[in-house]
Amino acid sequence: MATIGHNNLNAKLVLLGDMGAGKSSLVLRFVKGQFLEFQESTIGAAFFSQTLAVNDATVKFEIWDTAGQERYHSLAPMYYRGAAAAIIVYDITSADSFTRAKKWVQELQKQGNPNMVMALAGNKADLEEKRKVTAEEARAYAEENGLFFMETSAKTAANVNDVFHEIAKRLPRAQPNQNPAGMVLVDRPAEGGARAASCCS
Amino acid sequence: MDEEYDVVVLGTGLKECILSGLLSVDGLKVLHMDRNDYYGGESTSLNLIQLWKKFRGSDKPPAHLGSSRDYNVDMIPKFIMANGALVRVLIHTDVTKYLYFKAVDGSFVYNKGKVHKVPATDMEALKSPLMGIFEKRRARKFFIYVQDYNENDPKTHEGMDLTRVTTRELIAKYGLDDNTVDFIGHALALHRDDRYLNEPALETVKKMKLYAESLARFQGGSPYIYPLYGLGELPQAFARLSAVYGGTYMLNKPECKVEFDEEGKVCGVTSEGETAKCKKVVCDPSYLPNKVRKVGKVARAICIMSHPIPNTNDSHSVQVILPQKQLGRRSDMYLFCCSYSHNVAPKGKFIAFVSTEAETDQPEIELKPGLDLLGPVDEIFFDVYDRYEPVNEPSLDNCFISTSYDATTHFESTVIDVLNMYSMITGKVLDLNVDLSAASAAEE
Repeated sequence: MATIGHNNLNAKLVLLGDMGAGKSSLVLRFVKGQFLEFQESTIGAAFFSQTLAVNDATVKFEIWDTAGQERYHSLAPMYYRGAAAAIIVYDITSADSFTRAKKWVQELQKQGNPNMVMALAGNKADLEEKRKVTAEEARAYAEENGLFFMETSAKTAANVNDVFHEIAKRLPRAQPNQNPAGMVLVDRPAEGGARAASCCS
Repeated sequence: MDEEYDVVVLGTGLKECILSGLLSVDGLKVLHMDRNDYYGGESTSLNLIQLWKKFRGSDKPPAHLGSSRDYNVDMIPKFIMANGALVRVLIHTDVTKYLYFKAVDGSFVYNKGKVHKVPATDMEALKSPLMGIFEKRRARKFFIYVQDYNENDPKTHEGMDLTRVTTRELIAKYGLDDNTVDFIGHALALHRDDRYLNEPALETVKKMKLYAESLARFQGGSPYIYPLYGLGELPQAFARLSAVYGGTYMLNKPECKVEFDEEGKVCGVTSEGETAKCKKVVCDPSYLPNKVRKVGKVARAICIMSHPIPNTNDSHSVQVILPQKQLGRRSDMYLFCCSYSHNVAPKGKFIAFVSTEAETDQPEIELKPGLDLLGPVDEIFFDVYDRYEPVNEPSLDNCFISTSYDATTHFESTVIDVLNMYSMITGKVLDLNVDLSAASAAEE
């Protein structure tokens, strides 16, 4: 859920899509500016945060990657819980991955919160010569289903930051906090008795 | 799944998910499967439709209860001791980042037909209507002794070796009456029966300290915390940890047949015609019914209500302990209540549980003393489930089977089982010396 305070927004963002569509690569490009040609399947880190400034506010994304749990349809309801935004990723060189992306959109419409901002990202746009899914087809599907659409390339960085910026712009600003505030238990080294701070809802 | 794994874990209950997470973090190759299409096994939280399917054989809950997905009804209701072992495991594994918690509003005890707040400190002892004026002073002295007691500092021991002195002898020194002993033993030290009286007092003193320190931790009215959206979040969070470290997850896998070699050692798990080879299997009792025995059963009532439990100071989350002696039983009864304030029900709704180690086959009658404290309920479900423990020798068959969840109100015994299993599986001891004072709760 996106929460607001002093024009600072905290928003949970989840990634969905087939294995190999490039979910982790998109995040790594966005968060670290890196790209690895042979990115291993997600291991060890599947939780990033990144702050963006847009117009009047800063948006801190808490980005959840699937950690491979999408492979056998074993994503837990917790994954969708409280997500303010989702990027559904497919590979423009694989018609199958586009078909599966549509399934993920249905799953989100079932599990996710109704005000969620959804983006459809056709990744690997640098591989034009191997393209199997046209931009027109994907855009039409996105429009019918209330998503915004962009083709991206984690390799060349094309449109990667743009997807996240567009989401940040579209997040509802004064969303009433539907959930009671909770607390996160945090483990930080004690520094002069200072209490660790982090926030959530 | 036609691959070789170090460990195949069967069942996604909390214990199995914690172990799966710890083993994946250790670098073992883990395959984790469940016959159900949801996470949590016996320790899941159900929405309204799932609840109706399980107990009413219908998928049409009445409309006046609100939206099905607003409900997260725990199947094993428990609270988390704020300074307890589960919090240490959560911090040790950094799984806390996937979860939001809120303090539990109240902790109460049933005494002579009435519900009272549990006094946990010397100051609270002085205010409590549970005791008469002289008894309060005696209790206060005992509480101060416990608060000051430090295992490593003999000066605080007042000449008693608590590894030898029984609880009964320690209490006799302070001259406390049976009534006081009853709430201290059951509502503060959280013993389930009266065996502790004849055991060394150290355990009871440590448990009382855990209660008091947990109470002081988050400024709630109880020593407990509880995750938003219910306990079903816990196994999911540990499963995510396991997946992040390379664990493979498969739900909705029927059968899950454990395969053995000619020496009787585990060699794999078969489901849907495919066999995953493995060296070890970790599972809940339902996956290896021939290697467990029944050790008891838990009776419980699950209630949906539109009000808090009466006489609990309007607590939106609360525990009430009914000590065995107050009811003429051999085991304690517990009330547990959570509500929309922890996102387990829609606005205005409360979920209450009455549970106990069953002594009869008639939960409706057996649970009555607890149910009588709830006031009117919108819906009620009765259930009795069997508890099992493993009887196999893990060093011979490489099967590591968890014990069924008991009727206790918190997770201390759950985590002890997990830590023992972890040691048996890996030959290592999990170091849970996290700095609890550095780990604090941040709230917005």
